[in-house]
Amino acid sequence: MRDATPTRIVGTPALRKEGFGKVTGGARYIDDIVLLGMWHGATVRSSIARGAIKDIRFGAGINWDEFVIVTAKDIPGANCIPLIVDNDQPVLADARVNHPEEPVVLLAHPDKARLHEAVEAVEIDYDPLPAVFTIEESERQQTIVWGEDNVIKRFLVEKGDVDSAWQHAAHIVSGEYRTGAQEQLYIENNGVIAEWSDADGLIIRGSMQCPYYVHKALLRVFDLPAEKVRVIQAETGGAFGGKEDYPSLIAAHAGLLALKAGRPVKIIYDREEDLAATTKRHPSRTRYRTAVDKDGHLLAMDIQVDLDGGAYATVSPTVLSRATIHSAGPYLCENIRVRSHAWATNVPPHGAFRGFGSPQTIFGIERHMDQIAKAVGISPEEVRRRNFLAQGNATATGQLIRDPIDLRGMMDRALKVSDYHAKRARFARENATSSAIKHGMGIASFMHGAGFTGSGERYLNSLVGLEADASGHLTVLVSSTEFGQGTNTMLSQVVAEALGLSCEDVSIAQPDTNRVPNSGPTVASRTTMIVGRLVHDAALALAGILREKNLLSEEFSADEFRAACAAYTAQFGALRSEARYQPPKDIFWDDAKYQGDAYPAFAWAVYVAEVAVDTRTYAAEVVNFYTVQEVGRVMNPVLAAGQIEGGVAQGVGYALYEKVVWKDGRMSNNQMTNYIIPTAADVPNIEVYFEEMPCEHGPYGAKGLGELPHDGPAPAILNAIQDAAGISFTSIPLLPEDIFLRMAEAPEPECLEIVGSAKGPQ
Amino acid sequence: MRSNVSEYEFIAPGSLDAVLALLSAEPGAWTPMAGGTELMVALGAGRLEQRKLVSLWGIGELRGITASADWLTIGAGATYTDIRENAAIAKEFPLLARSASWTGAIANQNRGTLGGNIVNASPAADSPPVLLVYEAEIELVSAQGARRMNYSEFHLGYKRTVLRPQELVMAVHLPRGHRLPVEYLRKVGTRNAMAISKVALAGVGAMQSGKVQTVRIAAASLRETPARLSMTEAVLVGHALTSDRIQAARKALLQEVKPIDDVRSTAKYRAHVAANLLEEFLNQMAASES
Repeated sequence: MRDATPTRIVGTPALRKEGFGKVTGGARYIDDIVLLGMWHGATVRSSIARGAIKDIRFGAGINWDEFVIVTAKDIPGANCIPLIVDNDQPVLADARVNHPEEPVVLLAHPDKARLHEAVEAVEIDYDPLPAVFTIEESERQQTIVWGEDNVIKRFLVEKGDVDSAWQHAAHIVSGEYRTGAQEQLYIENNGVIAEWSDADGLIIRGSMQCPYYVHKALLRVFDLPAEKVRVIQAETGGAFGGKEDYPSLIAAHAGLLALKAGRPVKIIYDREEDLAATTKRHPSRTRYRTAVDKDGHLLAMDIQVDLDGGAYATVSPTVLSRATIHSAGPYLCENIRVRSHAWATNVPPHGAFRGFGSPQTIFGIERHMDQIAKAVGISPEEVRRRNFLAQGNATATGQLIRDPIDLRGMMDRALKVSDYHAKRARFARENATSSAIKHGMGIASFMHGAGFTGSGERYLNSLVGLEADASGHLTVLVSSTEFGQGTNTMLSQVVAEALGLSCEDVSIAQPDTNRVPNSGPTVASRTTMIVGRLVHDAALALAGILREKNLLSEEFSADEFRAACAAYTAQFGALRSEARYQPPKDIFWDDAKYQGDAYPAFAWAVYVAEVAVDTRTYAAEVVNFYTVQEVGRVMNPVLAAGQIEGGVAQGVGYALYEKVVWKDGRMSNNQMTNYIIPTAADVPNIEVYFEEMPCEHGPYGAKGLGELPHDGPAPAILNAIQDAAGISFTSIPLLPEDIFLRMAEAPEPECLEIVGSAKGPQ
Repeated sequence: MRSNVSEYEFIAPGSLDAVLALLSAEPGAWTPMAGGTELMVALGAGRLEQRKLVSLWGIGELRGITASADWLTIGAGATYTDIRENAAIAKEFPLLARSASWTGAIANQNRGTLGGNIVNASPAADSPPVLLVYEAEIELVSAQGARRMNYSEFHLGYKRTVLRPQELVMAVHLPRGHRLPVEYLRKVGTRNAMAISKVALAGVGAMQSGKVQTVRIAAASLRETPARLSMTEAVLVGHALTSDRIQAARKALLQEVKPIDDVRSTAKYRAHVAANLLEEFLNQMAASES
């Protein structure tokens, strides 16, 4: 379906479907919803990182008869939220706790104001056990906190013969890179309302990305048949991955309280609880050992990827998978080995966050490419140019790049729009002679795979539906959710385009598992490419149904379509079409060997950061940020540019501001006043440029783009800081205090080993 | 909201006399609340220990900004917005307008007051360094009468001040007609807006015949209180600003500050950056006569 034909609606800045409600205050988020007789729930959490629960006592001064109290004993089904690994994270800690802030006891009361005091009055006695808090402590394997070896998941990817390549190297360059945890910081905290009735079972309303994940989890926790659990997404104020798996846990909690209380129960986290207890981006350590020839061509890459998974597996196996596959960057290398591990630690489980493992390893490879350039004595742009993947090349997993790509052209454009060469020359001159402020330019080139990794989309087997009423108004039935990224608008554009209508003729049904089919989770930059395509197929199928009854000709106007809908519904009743995911025939993936087509398509990008480093305050500020990306067809230029700008802003935070301060496995700066995200005054001028190469897998040639912009900013910014200050920083977040340590005090040796002669891998 | 608001008492007597009478009748029982930008955060976080609050909001006697021949008087209830928008402050005490523009967000600036900023007594507060270099005086009032003192005598220790339980800050007085040619103010926060300072330095001064005639320097987040850096000033007065003299001033500063490690920054960083800011200010001083 490679399609570059002119379109009426796709490619135009159609207005957000839900925008009016959000701007005027009409949108109803979960905390705006009040049900008759509703109580409020709260969570008593573990205060230690690891230990056996000896006793739970309900302290004096509280009339406990007024409260509904739930512990693990009240769970009717399995005490587990199964997502990828079975017997994973418990709903409530029973005999033992494995991280701070782990839920142990639930309380409900009609007066929300009474809950805080009651939570404080529950005393839990523990026999503490030794705990591990870092990748290093976990991989030492002296204290085993998960399975037999603390390894939640491991992968090995091998291409060519890495071990024989070192002897041919002109340079061997090694480096270690680290990234920290990062909070998603959606504006709306997590929250749900649960209702229970014996007749209908459990009804959950909440702020979430994936209604069917919640549905699946609750069936096991409550031991109910599918029709007795109903999950409805309320308007959701941001998610960024942070509402992929955690809402299943809160929904289970509210459900248990509602079941025992016999009335609706609402649980809304405040910011302190949300920050301390819910998921963050996985901290990482990546190690690169690369062999290059005298011209800077990559001969071999030996890569180690290590993630801190936290206390339970949750989504860590798939985050590690994406981290692993993206770790070699957009470069051609015949000999690659990636060994990766997700390590268990006694911190709250790390989870999904925009990019899902790839920002971590792209930080590593893109910092490392600058070190290779330095070792070889060529420019950062040239070392990338010489190694870029091209059509017909194979990636680390042996995936043949079939679609046309033009990374060199994108590099040219990025250098041009950023005025890279002129600025770099000027900065080099000015930095040498003057001024307290040093300027620099840095590049990152990268890709992001759209859709689930490997055979994921086959397992998801997504289904979408489309309904038309007698007036010809259409309703899209998907479980794909809107949480600010533009899902509803984009899907409306697809349907309107396909059927010759306008966006106003299309509505999106509220995601409700009683009404919409399972179109898969809203994650992995998959909604536009995968679900958008299915919705397009469903639109064509709906026109096909009308044609079968001779109500519509091959070409039709909007009025003819409406008339056909009216005639159909009058004669045959409900008009509805469906489309189910069909795996592309030429895509193969071997899960055992981790070889093959990892993603149906990649988005590609070259980003350039311009920074200013103040030698008086040691603060690095991003002044300008230039983005060039190829995302297939751009469905909506305003929403697409907004995604890029937002992703860059989050990437600036990831690089320079956002630091989770850990104390014995607990986030100690769990307030927005101390967990610092960039404000509008800290975000640079961001320029967004799209290249459009229509892709055959998505609707009208679209690919995925939501996660891409979070991948590139951090390495581009640190590369620019190296250009400005002459110091190679290898760890983020990079705060002024860190720059100070290297700039003002005795310079430490750079974390870089350059060897001229042959040397075997370690 | 981690507090149960039904456990709190909040009254608004509506006049200065009524508030002062209440404070005198039950000294220490009532905590005055002006804009509430500090106390409401504590309430939300469940750590507001004071259960009886008396509102100062809307009391006109506390809010005006007026000028006499020698003094500009800012009522303790003047908000940051009032200060930012006042023409006399912009003209004669511009550092105060700038520091007010850096405190919190617009909403905080519409509620937060100068008196609250002072009484809260955070060593990181934005206004105090500026008040110190402008040699402000502070006026305290109670049902028994008023007293006035140099603002530099107001802070006693970490979150401790001379304010008595029955007293309120009535106003801050700034001496007019003494503006010095060089003025410096820089706040280094955790970001460019909506930030608490990691270190801030205010300075005013004048050169005469190549030597420092007058200099006043004050800092935030470098000691347990907002602080004048008088040892540093003493090293400078009467001397030419040679690089040796600037180094000596840096040393003096490092001797008289006592920064700490906390969630926002490190002691080493704070001290070193403060010395860098001092040097930046002194370079401005040195350039002012040429």
